[in-house]
Amino acid sequence: MVNLGRRRMRGERRRKLHLSKIYSFACGKQSLKEDHSQIGGRGYSRVVFCNEPESFEAGIRSYADNSVSSTKYNLATFLPKSLFEQFRRVANFFFLVTGILAFTKLAPYTAVSAILPLIIIIGATMIKEGIEDWRRKQQDIEVNSRRVKVHTGQGTFEYTEWKNLKVGHIVKIMKDEFFPADLLLLSSSYEDAFCYVETMNLDGETNLKLKQGLEVTSSLHEDFQFSDFQATIKCEDPNANLYSFVGSMEYKEQQYPLSPLQLLLRDSKLRNTDYIFGAVIFTGHDTKVIQNSTDAPSKRTKVEKKMDRVVYFMFCIVFLMAFVGSIFFGITTKDDLDNGLMKRWYLRPDDSTIFFDPKRAPAAAIFHFFTALMLYGFFIPISLYVSIEIVKVLQSIFINQDIHMYYEDADKPSYARTSNLNEELGQVDTILSDKTGTLTCNTMEFIKCSIAGVAYGRGVTEVERSLDSKNGSTLIDDTRDSPVRNVPIKGFNFTDERIMNGKWVNEPYANVIKNFFHLLAICHTALPEVDEDTGNVSYETESPDELAFVIAAREIGFKFYKRTQTSLSIYELNPVSGDKIERTYKLLNVLEFNSTRKRMSVIVKDEEGRILLLCKGADSVMFERLAKDGREFEEKTLEHVHEYSDAGLRTLILAYRELDENQYKEFDNNFSQAKNSVSEDRETLIEEVSEKIERNLILLGATAVEDKLQNGVPDCIDKLSQAGIKIWVLTGDKMETAINIGFACSLLRQGMKQIIIQLESPEIQALEKAGDKVAIVKACRENIRHQISEAAQQITASRGTSQQAFALIIDGKSLAYALEDNMKKMFLDLATRCASVICCRSSPKQKALVTRLVKSATGKTTLAIGDGANDVGMLQEADIGIGISGVEGMQAVMSSDIAIAQFCYLERLLLVHGHWCYRRISSMICYFFYKNITFGFTLFLYEVYASFSGQPAYNDWFLSVYNIFFSSLPVIALGVFDQDVSARYCLRFPMLYQEGVQNLLFSWRRIFSWMLNGFISAIIIFFFCTKAMEIQAFDEKGRTAGRDILGATMYTCVVWVVNLQMAVAINYFTLIQHIFIWGSVAIWYLFLLAYGAMSPTISGNAYKVFVETLAPSPSFWFVTLVVVISALIPYFSYSAIQMRFFPMYHEMVQWVRYEGKTNDPEFVAMVRQGSLRPTTVGSTARLAAKDNDLKDIMELLTGSSQAESDVAYIHLVMEWCTQPNHHLDVKACHLAKQAFDEAIAELDTLSEESYKEHFDHAAFERQPDTLDL
Amino acid sequence: MDPDGGSSSTVSTGVQEIPGHSTQHGAFYQFTQQNLPACKPVLTPAAVIATFLLMGIIFIPVGLVTLRASNSVVEIVDRYDMDCVPEEFRSNKVTYIKDVSIPKNCSRFLKVLKPMKAPIYIYYQLDNYYQNHRRYVKSRSDLQLLHGLGYNDTSSCKPLESSHDLPVVPCGLIAWSLFNDTYKFSRGPSELKVNRKNIAWKSDRDHKFGKNVYPFNFQNGTLIGGGKLDPSIPLGDQEDLIVWMRTAALPSFRKLYGRIEEDLDADDVIVVHLKNNYNTYSFGGKKKLVLSTSSWLGGKNDFLGVANLFVGAFCILISIIFLLLHVKNPRPYGDTAYLSWNRKNIAS
Repeated sequence: MVNLGRRRMRGERRRKLHLSKIYSFACGKQSLKEDHSQIGGRGYSRVVFCNEPESFEAGIRSYADNSVSSTKYNLATFLPKSLFEQFRRVANFFFLVTGILAFTKLAPYTAVSAILPLIIIIGATMIKEGIEDWRRKQQDIEVNSRRVKVHTGQGTFEYTEWKNLKVGHIVKIMKDEFFPADLLLLSSSYEDAFCYVETMNLDGETNLKLKQGLEVTSSLHEDFQFSDFQATIKCEDPNANLYSFVGSMEYKEQQYPLSPLQLLLRDSKLRNTDYIFGAVIFTGHDTKVIQNSTDAPSKRTKVEKKMDRVVYFMFCIVFLMAFVGSIFFGITTKDDLDNGLMKRWYLRPDDSTIFFDPKRAPAAAIFHFFTALMLYGFFIPISLYVSIEIVKVLQSIFINQDIHMYYEDADKPSYARTSNLNEELGQVDTILSDKTGTLTCNTMEFIKCSIAGVAYGRGVTEVERSLDSKNGSTLIDDTRDSPVRNVPIKGFNFTDERIMNGKWVNEPYANVIKNFFHLLAICHTALPEVDEDTGNVSYETESPDELAFVIAAREIGFKFYKRTQTSLSIYELNPVSGDKIERTYKLLNVLEFNSTRKRMSVIVKDEEGRILLLCKGADSVMFERLAKDGREFEEKTLEHVHEYSDAGLRTLILAYRELDENQYKEFDNNFSQAKNSVSEDRETLIEEVSEKIERNLILLGATAVEDKLQNGVPDCIDKLSQAGIKIWVLTGDKMETAINIGFACSLLRQGMKQIIIQLESPEIQALEKAGDKVAIVKACRENIRHQISEAAQQITASRGTSQQAFALIIDGKSLAYALEDNMKKMFLDLATRCASVICCRSSPKQKALVTRLVKSATGKTTLAIGDGANDVGMLQEADIGIGISGVEGMQAVMSSDIAIAQFCYLERLLLVHGHWCYRRISSMICYFFYKNITFGFTLFLYEVYASFSGQPAYNDWFLSVYNIFFSSLPVIALGVFDQDVSARYCLRFPMLYQEGVQNLLFSWRRIFSWMLNGFISAIIIFFFCTKAMEIQAFDEKGRTAGRDILGATMYTCVVWVVNLQMAVAINYFTLIQHIFIWGSVAIWYLFLLAYGAMSPTISGNAYKVFVETLAPSPSFWFVTLVVVISALIPYFSYSAIQMRFFPMYHEMVQWVRYEGKTNDPEFVAMVRQGSLRPTTVGSTARLAAKDNDLKDIMELLTGSSQAESDVAYIHLVMEWCTQPNHHLDVKACHLAKQAFDEAIAELDTLSEESYKEHFDHAAFERQPDTLDL
Repeated sequence: MDPDGGSSSTVSTGVQEIPGHSTQHGAFYQFTQQNLPACKPVLTPAAVIATFLLMGIIFIPVGLVTLRASNSVVEIVDRYDMDCVPEEFRSNKVTYIKDVSIPKNCSRFLKVLKPMKAPIYIYYQLDNYYQNHRRYVKSRSDLQLLHGLGYNDTSSCKPLESSHDLPVVPCGLIAWSLFNDTYKFSRGPSELKVNRKNIAWKSDRDHKFGKNVYPFNFQNGTLIGGGKLDPSIPLGDQEDLIVWMRTAALPSFRKLYGRIEEDLDADDVIVVHLKNNYNTYSFGGKKKLVLSTSSWLGGKNDFLGVANLFVGAFCILISIIFLLLHVKNPRPYGDTAYLSWNRKNIAS
């Protein structure tokens, strides 16, 4: 009860707050008149009777209920649908046809033996399908049975399950709950029906959205008020458009227009608001989210697609063999009857069936063709598909079980949602990554600041840590190791004894420091929340960096604790006396942040009556606004800002200004005028007014906030790029943020030439002002084309001369043009030549389009990784979609193929599991074809000696169980367990991954080699066996070998050879492999025993063949030995030669491991050398580049006086030094300057002027670039 | 936290060491982490050379032994299908063989070159005879052979299922085309006894051919194929039929006819009185009579021995080549120039 009371009290307090006062820009009125005329018409026919979901009127409209279903089958459709799915596969269909044909006289074997394996295999696959669908059902049930409070009449709200929700219900959603359906916001815990909504699940944007109910309903704050609430809503029909909504509400006989501002979408989340009341408008499959979600595309891997082609190729071989066989058969059959004279009289060609009739030889040949197809069908491994599926399921279990990909903090293992993409993980060429929530954890930490030109903060950023660990030195990390900071504060990772604990008073510019933190404590839109028991204050803010600022101010001793309509109160710790001083600032105006202004200001009046304008903003807009006398610390601050951004930190410049009474008055007048204007350019007016006041600022300093990278991201990216994987970042974020993160992740580095494509040129802006849409589009298109081609030229020019790496940064607006049909090829060309690509401000659709572009135009495997609903398109479009099962939302995970908890697990997922799976599956498929060719081709060879009559060499059941019992278990073991090198070496030699990217293990060459090996084995087996057992006595008792003995011996050899071949081919034997390989051979003998012991009517010519004939005869054993060994020699020699003279990369690593030289750095480096490519990204490359640059400069300095080359060098260095933005390595640049001066001194022959000019020019060029950021 | 457990190159022991903390989790943990103790052989030059050498060392003696076994067998092969046709029929052998009225007697003289120890096996050998033709192989009824007339479904035997509307036992092409040349042997004045018992596999006699099934209506059709059967002897005792019905694998085959249970000395001349009944002339097949002793490995066939020797020699040769290459040119460790992507770079 106490709790409840307090809650009520807090609610009361908050209700006094009209949020609309804080937001001057966002709450613009929208005009929707033209849309509203359509209500009631076509496409706008929905009528919702609020609060009476059970009424008759609602009943006849039979709206969808709120349960969702994502299953593929139900009980009734399972059998036909999944059967259809199965037989859509060509190979399965082939076996179905041959299975049916086996019941006719055409069959060379008995029907049951042919159809049984098929049934087993189809059955296994269907069971797998069924289980997967059942799992989906479980998930649906989980979602459908979430609980929500619903009005049940008489003003009482009770919990019910989501699926029971009906259109018209009034629901009450509590803080941090998801909306169960699309709702119309009626009222909230705030007075003016405001609420904050987090739409991460929908668009991935992390900042909270504001929604506001209609004024008429905003007073409905209590449960009981809904007992007789009634309203009728007329609105549009269900559609997929997330950002539009047209409707009207009839309430108390008045019509009120509705807009998207009142619509709360399913799967978004209520934040910072205690509760809201809403009316259900769209339920279940009618909701905009679900309308938006497309069926997950069924993805097939490249390996599988290629495997299909191999299967088709095998079909061709089978058809060819059958065709050749039929021709020979036709000829010999026709020959049998020559003018009424029987040649092979013992076949009675005179009285024959159609299948063997010499008089109708062509027909017999055609029939024989089908018989032969059935017989040679053994070339196609019937168990291939099902084995692969089994293997993949097991592989995914391993992925799910991997303890190294288990995120302990959140108790989240990795989860392969679809098992059929495993091997594709080993072939990824390009990773397209989301930023927020994927690379970063979406928390900001205040880590450093520069106040009055002094840099504070000893925190170590993730990128620094990564670089240092590469360097070998471990940086002393005070923040983590110091025992003082026992409880880390979220959002605050700042340590500096000079400032903390009130020490700041002793600093030289104590006053500036004070102002600095005052500004942080006041200039924001955060809401404080005081825990009344402990007095602790927590904050609710729109963006995480703002939160970091307020917390920083609080931790330093400027605690913001109260906000009213017109005032802000802070406690200030007096460092001398230790007292708390309460200060209240009168809030006059808030000039809020937006992306064009890139700054935010508040105007406050302090207790002494001074009017202060406090402003924080991006360096690009702030420095130009400084007053002449406010630039005292500019140079130092600028330097610090560069340093910070190099470390991937997000910087803001803080500045303030005192206004006198008159200035303020004038501003206030103008401002309120602008605010109240109703004209279209209201916002422009407001902006102009604000612009005027935010001038002549006095610089205080800069803050550096770390957009916290997830654990190990830089290292992971480094490894991935060492593996030759390209990484693109596609983010909805601002360009600055994206670039920051680029640096933080080492995707960008100094010395990398940034190609920035954007539409910020003055001409375009002028055109936009003019508003001629056609002209804008045309100009933009031309502009982008120009930029792209210029960049391409730049790259071409630099090629060959230096190892210059390029980075492409493009914003969403430009991307829209670059992705147009006639330009996308150009764009892609450019992008693929850049070491890293960052697309910022891109919409979900653009993300998907970029993914599609990369996927389809390069034909390479793409992997998309993201965590938000805005990544769904991208995840589905990419060959592999990886969802980050982060803290927020499951949308991305639900549409992903594999879910992992942290970005850094990608490293293990790709380099270890991906590599293994790729290798396993491709070896497995190759081996499958090998074993079936070995088997099938002996059948064919036998046919040659049986006048192509279609008599199989082996007993019927030998034929049919071959694929199931004697040869598939070892392959499955190969597919599940084989490792070329262990996980440790996979990670240590990332270049190993290239084997997958370049598809070396499943190239046609390799496939054909294996097939050839199969043919060779078959030939050796067949001829050795037949020659060895041909005509002479088979045993001591003088009996000769018949069809039964030869067949059984050959079959024994085949079983031995294919299993031993496996043993020779793999280089990883666990107990399991041993059991499966030797077990398969043993099973064959057991089978032979058991089958031979059955009555002769079942076993046919295999009756007692082992006990009576084979086993007692030494020649059987000798033949087995010599044939098996001989059949393996070709492969063994081949692989010995390859291993010895042309080792593949994994074989080299095996050497390394085998020789135990892993600790010999020189040796390992040599093996690794292939992994360092000049233009790759990542911290290793970053270090390497840094070394190179320094080396160049040192060479230059110590170098000779060869004037010409010096000049060239200096050009290079200058160019590099004047890179846009922060990337100046101070030391390097200093050296360069020296070099430059020296060179100038040396070069008497050339005019000094031209160089000076060049330098000035370069330095000048730097300016606008820097300002851009 | 080394996942690989610091695997040193412990191939010789075959099992890598497992770090202490993993063992606590037990084998199942290792299994799910794909970190089971494993043997990871690498094809090192030493291993390759040793393997090939070992194979050579095994195969050459095996080859010598088998070759010796084969050489210990004495074999006399006599093709008689041409010589046993009288001069006047040489141009039209088919007419000759089909004409029942012509006596088919023929005598052959075989000289024994090496002493032959009993038992001496008598085979007939047919060439170009497709006992493995699908139509032929299928044309039998195993159940009828076992149960006789009691079993009616003999459709597989067509067209020799019945004649004169009565079922045929044994039915089918195989039985119908039973080989029917007969041989009698004499050495000097005395006849050599031929034992025709125990020439078939026991399982066939006991379980595939009925003891109470007697030939019925056999070779009564318009077209006579091969030999006739004594209707008073049950199928289970008609061993020549049983042998014949175990179809041969290849178009050239020998089948056991009987045994001579006397030793033959060198320079003995054996007279064979044979009846040349069986028609191989239609399809141009050969007929041969073979007398052969046997070794523990069976009959005379050098192939196995030669193959063993060849494979063994080949293995040793390869191992020597490898050895030379290895000595001459130790592997440039870690030379990445061979890697495909580097090769491509060089090419481009």
